[in-house]
Amino acid sequence: MTRFMDKTFWGLTIGLVVILVANFLLEDWLRFIGLQSMARGAVALGLLILWRAGLVSFGHALFFGWGAYAVALSQKIGITDALLGIIIGTIASGLLAFALGFLLRRYRAIFFALLNLAFSMILYGVLAKLEVLGSTDGIGVKQPSYFGITPEGANAHITLFCFTAIIVYIVALAVHRYLSSTLGAMTIAVRENEIRLEYLGYSAEKAIHVKYVFSGLLAGFGGAVMALAVGHVDPDSMVYWPNSGDFVFITILSGTGNVAATFIGALAFELIRTFAFDYAPQIWQLLMGGTLLVIVMFLPNGLWSLTEHLGKRRKSAPSPAE
Amino acid sequence: MARVLEVHDLEKSFGGVVAARDINVTIDEGETIGIIGANGAGKTTFVNMVTGYLRPSAGRIEFMGRSILGMAPRRITTLGLCRSFQVPQVFGSETVFENVMIAMGIAESRGPALLAPLFAPARAARAETHMARYQIADYRDVAADALPQGVRKLLDIAMATVRKPKLVMLDEPTSGISVEEKFGLMDIIMAALREEETTVLFIEHDMEIVERYVSRVLAFYQGEIICDAPPAEALEDPRVKEFVVGQELHRSTHGAEETGNA
Amino acid sequence: MDLQLLIVIIVDGLIYSSYLFMVAVGLTVIFGVQKVLNVTHGSFFAFGAYLAATLIGVWYNAELPAFGGFLMIFLAAAFLGVVFGLVIERGLLRYLYHRDEHIVVLATFAAFLALEDVIILIWATDPYFAYQPMELLGWTDIAGLTFDNYNLSMVGVSMTIALIMWFTLTRTRFGKILLAVIFDREMSQSMGINVNKVFLVTFMIGAFLGALGGAYVAPTISVQPGIGVEVVVLAFAVVVIGGMGSIPGALIGALVVGISRAASVHLLPEVELFVIYAIMAVVLVLRPEGLFAPPQARKI
Ligand SMILES: Nc1ncnc2c1ncn2[C@@H]1O[C@H](COP(=O)(O)OP(=O)(O)O)[C@@H](O)[C@H]1O
Ligand SMILES: [Mg+2]
Repeated sequence: MTRFMDKTFWGLTIGLVVILVANFLLEDWLRFIGLQSMARGAVALGLLILWRAGLVSFGHALFFGWGAYAVALSQKIGITDALLGIIIGTIASGLLAFALGFLLRRYRAIFFALLNLAFSMILYGVLAKLEVLGSTDGIGVKQPSYFGITPEGANAHITLFCFTAIIVYIVALAVHRYLSSTLGAMTIAVRENEIRLEYLGYSAEKAIHVKYVFSGLLAGFGGAVMALAVGHVDPDSMVYWPNSGDFVFITILSGTGNVAATFIGALAFELIRTFAFDYAPQIWQLLMGGTLLVIVMFLPNGLWSLTEHLGKRRKSAPSPAE
Repeated sequence: MARVLEVHDLEKSFGGVVAARDINVTIDEGETIGIIGANGAGKTTFVNMVTGYLRPSAGRIEFMGRSILGMAPRRITTLGLCRSFQVPQVFGSETVFENVMIAMGIAESRGPALLAPLFAPARAARAETHMARYQIADYRDVAADALPQGVRKLLDIAMATVRKPKLVMLDEPTSGISVEEKFGLMDIIMAALREEETTVLFIEHDMEIVERYVSRVLAFYQGEIICDAPPAEALEDPRVKEFVVGQELHRSTHGAEETGNA
Repeated sequence: MDLQLLIVIIVDGLIYSSYLFMVAVGLTVIFGVQKVLNVTHGSFFAFGAYLAATLIGVWYNAELPAFGGFLMIFLAAAFLGVVFGLVIERGLLRYLYHRDEHIVVLATFAAFLALEDVIILIWATDPYFAYQPMELLGWTDIAGLTFDNYNLSMVGVSMTIALIMWFTLTRTRFGKILLAVIFDREMSQSMGINVNKVFLVTFMIGAFLGALGGAYVAPTISVQPGIGVEVVVLAFAVVVIGGMGSIPGALIGALVVGISRAASVHLLPEVELFVIYAIMAVVLVLRPEGLFAPPQARKI
């Protein structure tokens, strides 16, 4: 249970190998879906951490957009390296979450959710009006370079995909480790009983703040990857409230049982959306909404619960984050 | 004997209600103290103030020779003053083992160590020992929400004592427990705490239990301590007889039907 | 600041507040009684606008008496209130009352997404215009400025709604029952109140009000896909500012948002889009329960 190389480790490792191989075989549109899944999946991973603590944010498009714009702006000052850009986007959102966290750590339940929504809508309103940032048109993002080399054409996405997949792999493992650590176990403590947590000697607010910063970092990372993948940032497709809804959607779809599930859920989300959009453009939202309703009604623990239905073993495994 | 807790002139009022007035208490190492008093007498408020949940309106509180007034519960906890609750405060969805593990993990880790795995084998072994001491090991894999009331009380106290505190305050450890089970429960608790050499203060309504376990009684009435003496003496005190014991007798005849379904 | 500008801001602000109140009051009623933050409220608004626009079009094409157009607006809203009450409350929410509040919000978000497409399936993507009622009422000059009477009439409609709600809650049996259910669901159930029925009726009223917002606004806008999306968060903001579940709160929230939005449009257009959410954030920070709900203490 505490072994570093547990099932999740192997699952993620095999997953990484598979998608790295697939990367070279896939058609470009599928590769693009893969990239988007990793980006949105990362945000959902942040929401998973909060969700386990009993908190839901209806405004994580704030950090997603913030990270995306950070990448776009860093290019304006001449930073074209992908890794550097992604780091900047991630840190920028982490800092924002750190600052806002002093406030948000005091709120719970619907107030937490809505305060996040309010902040994301403020950013949306500002970006939509700021001429220097292209208002509602947004700004373009160039193909990044990788340690001095700038791949062209199809290679651009192949490289970005490899690169992102490896980082996502590391991040997912780190989050997995985090969830099984003492600090990670406090997510459950916060959700179940803050008074007891205080009387065990740890501040519930501090625990929430830490989680909030993690979720901000992850959302910023997702936004940065998205900016590079799409080659463009704008308020409507990155910061407007339905984006935040998408992230919560993915979290529900995946269930909060396992970090790997989040990326499977994200992929399922992107596939459903893309196919619905291509084959039934009139009713794609109907299909999305319908899927979500089915999940909420019949699979309350998300797609991940399917795996638990299949292999009913548990009970003897005591870890809250298997 | 070393002084563990010293409380001077503590006051607390909620709006018009005076929940504590003129409270002066000292507790020495190794004592076992029972607090008695009718409902609403201010017993829980006293524990809440000493453990930092409520800020007194006035007064001084010293624990192991240093002032803990105004400190948050988590600070006071880390200094070695812990508590359990009238209504057990546990992580309901988690099993007994997980509850104890989380409690131990938090008690044992600071800073970067918090990022180490919670379920380390060495800690798991300590948790098993701790559960055995409180005789809750049989319920190891049962979610706290599904526990019988007595076991949940024990779990609450077990979680409060993972730090091996200097002083532990138990708020009505036997409330909601049937009369037949009370002594068994108290035996387990007191044996475990003696083994850990913890100084104990507990709130109790049952005078038989008080007589059997405590070395000193504090009787509360309307926010004041009306008697501070060894049990034999305290239970004979006319004011205690009138305001506490009398009310308790009244209460227990009344509460008979209620405990029946517990 | 010159007087004319001040008047514009006040009148525009009042009109906008009235619109917001109409939209938000239904949301707050449903939240107050069912404790459900209902995203489908945006759909009620959009459906209201579409159905009203359609009916108004039919009405005027048939060259029926001109003022009947207003009848169509209320007819559309009433019809939708009943339909949505049955579909969303009976068909969906009642299975979710025992679930986590976040799950319920998300379920309504899902239903909202689905309904966005139902609108397109029914009405396609071309915009609808139902300007006739607006034309009919003409305009008024106030201090040398021209205002559409139709817009001004919104103030009257909102005030009427507010009065009726106040009367219902304080002076009628149904109001007393509602307050009992809001105060303690289990208790009222054990007192013999049919909570299910109360839920359904409140939801219908809430849906009716949401649809009425859309229906009444329809003649002043181009009715097209996506109009419900903005309304949801706007209504959220109003309700949060006033205090979730509080009707006077919705009124105050609408006024605060309406006037400040009008002021920013005329004085500082750059901040127009976010001023509302900035107020929402400030209120949440200073008084998370909103301006109109009492804070609650916790005891162990
Ligand atoms: N947080 C609070 N707010 C207001 N009044 C309180 C609070 N806590 C306790 N009280 C009041 O203080 C008095 C003492 O309560 P408490 O200490 O809980 O009594 P008990 O001796 O039964 O534990 C009671 O009148 C109670 O109503
Ligand atoms: Mg008490």
